[in-house]
Amino acid sequence: MMQSAVAPNALPEKISIKNLKFFYGDSLALKSINLPLYEKKVTAFIGPSGCGKSTLLRVLNRMYDLYPRQRAEGEVLFDGGNILNPGQDLNLLRARIGMVFQKPTPFPMSIYDNIAFGIRLYENISRAEMDARVEAALTRAALWNEVKDKLSSSGLSLSGGQQQRLCIARSIAVRPEVVLFDEPCSALDPISTAKIEELIDELTADYTIAIVTHNMQQAARVSDYTAFMYLGELIEFDETSKIFTAPSDKRTQDYITGRFG
Amino acid sequence: MASLGNSAISTPAAQALYRRRRRSNGILLTLSFAATIFGLLWLALILIALFYQGFSGLSLSIFTEMTPPPGEAGGLLNAIIGSLIMTIAGVAIGTPIGILAGTYMAEYGRHNQLTNVVRFINDILLAAPSIVIGLFVYEVVVAPMGHFSAIAGSLALAILVIPVVVRTTEDMLNLVPNTLREASAALGLPRAVMIRQVAYRAALSGIVTGVLLAIARVSGETAPLLFTALNNQFWSVDPNAPMSSLPVTIFQFALSPYPEWQKLAWSGALLITIAVLALNIIARTFLSPRTSK
Repeated sequence: MMQSAVAPNALPEKISIKNLKFFYGDSLALKSINLPLYEKKVTAFIGPSGCGKSTLLRVLNRMYDLYPRQRAEGEVLFDGGNILNPGQDLNLLRARIGMVFQKPTPFPMSIYDNIAFGIRLYENISRAEMDARVEAALTRAALWNEVKDKLSSSGLSLSGGQQQRLCIARSIAVRPEVVLFDEPCSALDPISTAKIEELIDELTADYTIAIVTHNMQQAARVSDYTAFMYLGELIEFDETSKIFTAPSDKRTQDYITGRFG
Repeated sequence: MASLGNSAISTPAAQALYRRRRRSNGILLTLSFAATIFGLLWLALILIALFYQGFSGLSLSIFTEMTPPPGEAGGLLNAIIGSLIMTIAGVAIGTPIGILAGTYMAEYGRHNQLTNVVRFINDILLAAPSIVIGLFVYEVVVAPMGHFSAIAGSLALAILVIPVVVRTTEDMLNLVPNTLREASAALGLPRAVMIRQVAYRAALSGIVTGVLLAIARVSGETAPLLFTALNNQFWSVDPNAPMSSLPVTIFQFALSPYPEWQKLAWSGALLITIAVLALNIIARTFLSPRTSK
């Protein structure tokens, strides 16, 4: 999984975060973050609670825009354009940058419609094509075999792990370029967690992925790059193998060895 | 209680405390049980009286004949139809306004000062005596038109429907978890689509319940109709003319000295009670969780 042979600087940056500051009201939550997300790589954000890793993730699809008194300064370049521009169309942005949340959030509708819903919004396709797209997305999310006989039952009838895979299928069905995972396994049992991690690994063939996780083993297992954050600052960013074997900052080392956090 | 061994609860002081708690628990339980019985007793007595007095008069002619002049046999057909028309019209006018206002408050203006103001006013409207609403519509609609009308009656009922629906719509949408809104936004759904396809779907049973309860509330209202639709002893479906309704007919007939009218009033009261009871039961079944299966 590790791509240590390739020097980081040679990789294309799908998203470049430059001098990003983030405010909740008057309080500064992110202090000048500079960070690349390399194309078709998995980047993990780790750090103790409250370090700003989820905040950072939620800037990348401007989820914070749903709430008042939250704002970002600086630049987040996505394929060259700054998504923090006031003129940025948020719906188009979020169609290109998908997100999977901590808690599974199936919509109150059938399994089929959970997937078809997002597709219908941007594409006008025939029933047969839609069936194919739904099957492809569910297959990709390793859920097809479990739900193919009950596509019309409610998405809420699935187990937690299945619901989370349904949400992943829903995100990738609209064919985004980037998928953000916000602690996708923290509400799941170990077997479901293993399935999701496997899935993330497979998704890197097509997608650029950022994942926030509290679980350092998980970061080590699924990611190519790791960003360690602490108190709203990016302390260290490097290849995952390097972060977990030879971190250059003492705080990183203390955190990954379990001395705090 | 048998063998507590040497734990702290086995000391005499602790046991005395425990006995005292059991005693006060028993007293409170008895009191609340008595209060419940007291409350239910009146409801039962009312229902018994209604059935006793109204059931015998409940015949086919109630549904086929018009309200009679004093001393003659008749039915309540014009009053039943009048009530149906005005209730349906009132709900048809009030529900969309209520749902839209509630949606604005819960989805668009959740952090607005305007929402707080609207909610405050809505709560006042919710608690306003219905006779005040009747007088208001009298001044605004009946007086300029120069006569009582079913239109005015429907409007008065609509004003009663609105605050109930606003309140339940806002409350039910507020119960829709924010994670669902974020998940919708994360797919690139415009907010309007999210509201219609996700939030409404998640809150549907609650909103429907609110509308049903609003219907139940206005279908028994008398005061707002007295000043607006008045009454009509004859068959009329003209919205521009006075229209009969069950509550007003009951009011008029029950106060009359004629036994036939009084009997009809009892039957009418029974009909309304059964209808409201049915609506409440339907509302309850709607509100019961259906997603848990």
